[in-house]
Amino acid sequence: MNKKLALQTLICRLILDIAPEVDIESLDPSEDLREELDLDSIDFMKLLEAVSLETSITISESDYDKVQSLQSMVNYIETRT
Amino acid sequence: MKILTMPSFGSDMATGTLAQWHVKEGQKVSKGNIIASIDTMKGLIDMEVFDNGTIDSLLASEGEELDIGAPIAQLRLLSENKASASNIEKPIVVNILGTDADADTDIDAIAKANINSTANNVSQSKQEANTKKEEARTELSEQSQDAQPNKPLFVSPAARKRALELGLDWRQLEHGHGPAGAIILQDIEAAQNTNVQSSSQPENSLQLEKSLQLEKSLQLKTVSQPKAITETKPTPAEMMRQAISANVSRSKREIPHYYLQLDVVLNKALDCLSIHNANLPPSKRILVNALVYCAIARSLTTFPAFNGFYNDGQYHASDEVHLGNAISLRTGGLIIASIHNAHRLGAVELMDKITDQVTRAREGGLTMSEVQDATVTVSNLGDRGSDSIQSIIFPPQVAIFGIGRPRKMPWIIDDEIVCATIVNISLAADHRVSDGHSGARLLNKINKLLQTPEKLI
Repeated sequence: MNKKLALQTLICRLILDIAPEVDIESLDPSEDLREELDLDSIDFMKLLEAVSLETSITISESDYDKVQSLQSMVNYIETRT
Repeated sequence: MKILTMPSFGSDMATGTLAQWHVKEGQKVSKGNIIASIDTMKGLIDMEVFDNGTIDSLLASEGEELDIGAPIAQLRLLSENKASASNIEKPIVVNILGTDADADTDIDAIAKANINSTANNVSQSKQEANTKKEEARTELSEQSQDAQPNKPLFVSPAARKRALELGLDWRQLEHGHGPAGAIILQDIEAAQNTNVQSSSQPENSLQLEKSLQLEKSLQLKTVSQPKAITETKPTPAEMMRQAISANVSRSKREIPHYYLQLDVVLNKALDCLSIHNANLPPSKRILVNALVYCAIARSLTTFPAFNGFYNDGQYHASDEVHLGNAISLRTGGLIIASIHNAHRLGAVELMDKITDQVTRAREGGLTMSEVQDATVTVSNLGDRGSDSIQSIIFPPQVAIFGIGRPRKMPWIIDDEIVCATIVNISLAADHRVSDGHSGARLLNKINKLLQTPEKLI
């Protein structure tokens, strides 16, 4: 559980580094991340790059539909670390 | 001697603030060097110099807000004969409006007034220059001795946001504690703490009282509301909205648009990209947008009637395709960044350019030529946007493309119903310059190039 929380905090921090204007507090972890925070494809690519650098987990293009929400991204990374 | 002036980044820009000098007096500069950062409603833009020479004197101070065309520095040209007469660099606003044949009469008049006023004031400017030169020198001497010319000022997005919240000008900080002296969040917090300690409480109370009074007067005096509003300087976001409003209104008023659209199958493009991207880290992957941009830029080389400027009742096609990418700013509004010579770039290079420019558009640091040079524009609402977009031409350009979101659809290919990923590409073009027939051929050419994506990478 602590690991999940730590990953969630990490991802939120990485999102804020990329898009400081977003309201991360009001993000529903089960909702579509890009839709809710208005992140474009470049932002998303930067997020994946940052996640890869921080966790050593590289999310392949074919797995993009598995990391659409904050929750699913946390689960994806957790099961691979 | 050449006098460099406050540049214009659009016909609606009246003033610019000299945020930071990147050169000092006596410094040699080459064509393309960044000499200053200008704060505009379009964000922080880096000003380039277009000649080789030496900065003779700086005529404006950092933080100074100046009219377009106002002298900001004197440049001694490399090729200059010392005896040659002083000349003044044509304010860039003239170029922009000059290429703007159908500029509004009032804007035209303002431009002419600027030119006349600039020309008439050359001698006056020389006198004032001496005074300002002294001021500029004082300013420079007050700066740190180890101030480095051309030192870029980096700031993290989080620091920028916090500074905005606190109403703190991060450009006033010499350097930060991040990599390469970048200003980071802790620098902003530290600067704020210093400010809080040094600022007096009564002053804050007075400001609060004043703002409350203003709020009250706005609520109570509804009749005098417009007056109160005119006295308040518009925010950068409001100024940008005004600029967009002026541009699109003018475009719709003056340009007879016609609209075409074509659904393009992206299956081959996506297959090609999935192979290309398979083993690459996210930052090296190519997005399908880059392929579409590449196809558009290359197609335009054989359709010159869609790539250039309409001025003075005449169309001038551009030999180069400087593809303008409309970038949405999260704080509101948009900015068009030009990808120079996009027709000569492959999708990999285009992807790098797009990523770099989107980042700089949002964080500051686009260059003057990137903001001014686009010969045609692409508006892309992204893969979460709408199915299609009908765009408004950005004058004096004559065409704009709109890219909808790629979506899966049942499609008939070789008499079979298949699942295809479709993207709608629209073209809005100026009927004074081209006809629907050639516009349709252009869209078909783009489609054709996207069916052989390996040639675009």
